Amino acid sequence: MDFAPLSDRADRTDRTDESTGAEGADRADRSVTYVPATVTRSAKIVVAGGFGVGKTTLIGSVSEVRPLRMEEPITQASAGVDDLRGTPHKTTTTVAMDFGRIHMAGGRIALYLFGLPGQSRFQPLWEDLAEGALGCLVLADTRDLDASHDALGLLDSAGIPYAVAINTFPGSPSYPEAELREALALDPATPLTYCDARDRTSSLHALITLTEYLSEHRSAALLESRR
Amino acid sequence: MSGPRRDPDMVRPYVRTQGRIRAREDVRLESVVIAATGPTDTLGPDARRVMRLFAGADGGLAVADIAAALELPPSTVRILVSSLMDSGHLSSPVAAIDDQPDFDLLQEVLRGLRSLV
Repeated sequence: MDFAPLSDRADRTDRTDESTGAEGADRADRSVTYVPATVTRSAKIVVAGGFGVGKTTLIGSVSEVRPLRMEEPITQASAGVDDLRGTPHKTTTTVAMDFGRIHMAGGRIALYLFGLPGQSRFQPLWEDLAEGALGCLVLADTRDLDASHDALGLLDSAGIPYAVAINTFPGSPSYPEAELREALALDPATPLTYCDARDRTSSLHALITLTEYLSEHRSAALLESRR
Repeated sequence: MSGPRRDPDMVRPYVRTQGRIRAREDVRLESVVIAATGPTDTLGPDARRVMRLFAGADGGLAVADIAAALELPPSTVRILVSSLMDSGHLSSPVAAIDDQPDFDLLQEVLRGLRSLV
């Protein structure tokens, strides 16, 4: 798989320069792959997990276009208070979100995959990401299972269905499934699977496990609502 | 004369979006929009940059794609795109009301993912 990690900001040189004419003061636009004209619907899956757990790697493995990065400035002391945005005394930190895209159903559907920074202090951003999401894949690393707790806590409180995939890093310790479930405090119904985020097929299988669960989850909810 | 230029990201969001302060509910990060018609000379600079992305494009872009391409905060682009849909400059690729239930979308995504492995 031809994949350059997004952390390599050298890709910033890969731009289409449209800054000509009257708009010459504009910053150059980054190159972007257009959504085919056949696409009539889009869907979104969020990939969450702690820092360095492989979210961007997984997105890069499965994406059919070069993954892109969005950056949202967050005013830390006053998140959610618009009046104070832009005042020089506030600390503004930038949260980066990487995302990719898969086209399916004969080109009618674009499935977007968004990586979510795990830290719960970015909650305002999380709401934007979670809105309308089909569900969430939580990546975990057995060397640092605690790093997943922020993401799991957010998902539990937002009532968003998720599956957990252990990203199998070389040399990561392996534990019996029951121990992992207990360490992550997973509901018995929540799928727990394994993947190698660098491998496209393995990553797709993790997404399939999630989507199968979402489908069952939705069927059960639909039956429930008809009673 | 004046002090140092402020970081463009520090511009208050409602200035960038010409008064709109909230995104439409149907304009999400993954929402795909295509260019419609309309004169762009009355638009603000950020809205014009969005429209220039679509110039000559054979296809659409999601809100997230626009945010990445123009290096604008996604929350701002959601509002900009909402505003440009209100004014008819951008439209959703589906003209008819999309009444397909979400469950069908999930099934299509599941089938789509399975077909890739």
